[in-house]
Amino acid sequence: MSTSAVPAPAVRDARSRTRHSRARGFTGFGFVTPFLVFYVLFLLLPLVLAVVFSLFNTSLALPGLGRWEGLHNYGELFRDSYFWSSMWHTVLFTLVSTPVLVVVSFLLALGVYRRRHGQWFFRLAFFLPYILPSAVVALVWLWIFEPGYGLADGALHLVGLGAPSWLGSTSIALYSIVLVTVWWTVGFNFILFLAGLQEIPQEVYEAAEMDGASRSTQVRRITLPMLGRTVTLVTVLQIIASLKIFDQVYLMTQGGPNFSTRVALEYIYDTGFTSGRVGYASAASLVLFVVIAIIGFAWLALVRRQERGV
Amino acid sequence: MSAAAVRSSTAGRRSRPLSQRVFPHVITGVMIALALLWLAPVLWAIDTAVKAEPDTIKIPATWAIPHLTFSAFSTDFSASDIGRWYINSAIVSLLVTVFTVITASMAGYALSRQRFRGQNLLYGAILAGIMIPPQALMVPLFREFQAIHGLNTYWALVLPQVPSPVAVFIFKKFFDGQPPELDQAARMDGASWWTCYRRIALPLSRSAVAAVSIFTFVWTWNNFLWPFLSSTNTPMMTIPVGLGTVIPGEGITNALVMASAILGALPLVVVFLFGQRQIVEGVAGTGLK
Repeated sequence: MSTSAVPAPAVRDARSRTRHSRARGFTGFGFVTPFLVFYVLFLLLPLVLAVVFSLFNTSLALPGLGRWEGLHNYGELFRDSYFWSSMWHTVLFTLVSTPVLVVVSFLLALGVYRRRHGQWFFRLAFFLPYILPSAVVALVWLWIFEPGYGLADGALHLVGLGAPSWLGSTSIALYSIVLVTVWWTVGFNFILFLAGLQEIPQEVYEAAEMDGASRSTQVRRITLPMLGRTVTLVTVLQIIASLKIFDQVYLMTQGGPNFSTRVALEYIYDTGFTSGRVGYASAASLVLFVVIAIIGFAWLALVRRQERGV
Repeated sequence: MSAAAVRSSTAGRRSRPLSQRVFPHVITGVMIALALLWLAPVLWAIDTAVKAEPDTIKIPATWAIPHLTFSAFSTDFSASDIGRWYINSAIVSLLVTVFTVITASMAGYALSRQRFRGQNLLYGAILAGIMIPPQALMVPLFREFQAIHGLNTYWALVLPQVPSPVAVFIFKKFFDGQPPELDQAARMDGASWWTCYRRIALPLSRSAVAAVSIFTFVWTWNNFLWPFLSSTNTPMMTIPVGLGTVIPGEGITNALVMASAILGALPLVVVFLFGQRQIVEGVAGTGLK
C-alpha cells in the first residue's frame, strides 16, 4: 500500500474514521482477542512451561516445580540410550513411511484423476480410512494381524505362504505399523495429489499428445514438474505427521515387543506419566518439538523460494 | 512437410491406439482391485461383527457367514459405556467446532480486512503456531489442568482443542478473496466492524465455515492422546478413548470388539458421506493456497 499517493485530506479523513469506529465498538485487536486467549493458554503457555519444567525435577505426584536442576535433565536425556532408541524409531518410521505414503498416494491419484465416471467410488475407498479414529483402526488391524484367525494370515495361507508374527517380532512389528499407517492415512495425500493433478490444464497434455509424447513421457515431463508445489507440501506434511506417531503404536504394541516400536512420543508418555517425571519428560518434549519446528520452518523457506521462482 | 512424412506420422499415430485402447482398461482393473483391497479391512470388520463367535475363529480365516447375527451390536450397547461415550464425543466435538469457527473466523476477518498496530507481528506469531505440535506439549498441558483440578471435566476436553492456527489461516485466505467493496460500502454507511463481519462477511463464507467445521469436528472426534490423558474416569471418556480400553479376550468376543469398532466409526462415516464434497474440497484447498 502506498499512502504517499493518497492526497493528504483523504488520509486525514481515513484516520478520523478509524478513531471514530474505535469509539463505536471493538475492532482489530478485539476481534483477535478471543482466539488469542485460547492460543496463549493452551499452546504458548504449555510451551513456556515445558521450558521451565525441563530445568527442574518437577514430579507428577508433587505440587510445585520441585528442585532446580539446571541442564541436568538434558544431560541425562542425551546419555539415555532408551531416549535415543525411541528417537531412532520415530525417525526410522518417518524415513520408511514418508516415501511410501507420498509415492503410493501419487500413483493412486494418477490412476484415477482423468476418470469421469466412478471417481466418487475411488475417493470413498481410499479416503474413508482417514476419517476413522485411531482406536478403531487399531482394533480392526489387531484383529487382522491376529495369529491364525486373522485375515492377514488367511491371505498368505491362500497363496501358500507362511505368516510372519506381524506384531510379535522385534524386526517386523514397526513395519507392520507402517503398513497400517499407509492404509489409514494415504487418502489425505491422495486427495491433495488429485486436486493438484486436476489443476493442470488438459490442453497441455493434448498438445503433448499431438507431438507424439507417450504417457510415461507426459508424466515425467509435464505432470511431475507442474506438480512441484504439491509434492513439497505433501512430503513436508507427511514428515511432520510421521514424526508425531503415537496412537497406532500405543494402541497396538505399547512400544513392544522388547521396546522395538517405542517411539519418541511414547517415551515422553512413559517418562512423564508412568514414571511421573514431568521435568525430564518436558526436556524430551522440547527436543522433539525443536526437530518438528525446524522441518516446518525449512518447508516455509522452501515454499517462499518456490513462489519466487514461479 | 512432404506427403510421405505426413503419411508416416499419421500411420504412427494410428498404430498407437491399440495399446492405448487396452492400457486404460488395465489401469481401471488395477485401480478397482486396489480400491477393493483398501475397503477389505472395513468389510472384514463388518463380516466379523455379524458372525457367530465360533465362526470368527476358523483357521484359515474365511469370509463365509454361516449364521448371520446382529447380537454383538445390542450386547455392546448394554455391556459397555459406549452410549455415554457417544454423548461425550458429540458434546465435545460440537463445542470445539463452534468455538473454533467463531474465534478463528473473527481473527481471520480482522487480519484480512482491518489495519491495526502489530498486525503483521500477530499474524506471523499465529502462523508460527501451525508448527507447534500439540502432542509434544501433553506433559505441561496435563500439569496445567492438574494444578487447577480441571482433569476429568468437559472443560479439560474442550478448551485445549479450540486454538487452531490453521483455521485462522484458512479464514484469512478466504476473506482475502472476498471483494472489499462489500464491507467498504457498509462502513461508509456507518456500520460497525462487528456488523460487517456478522452480516456481510460471515454469511458469504458458508463454504469456508463448512470446510473448517467438518474438519474440526472430525479431528476432535478422532483425537486420542489428549482426551486419553485428561479423561481417566470411564464416564468421562470419548469414543476413541473408550474404544482403547476394549481389550479382546476376558469374556469380550471378537464379534463384540468389531461391533464396537464399527459403532465408534459410524457417526463419522455418516458425516463423511454427507459432507464428502466439503471435506475433499477442504483438503484440496490447503494444497492450492
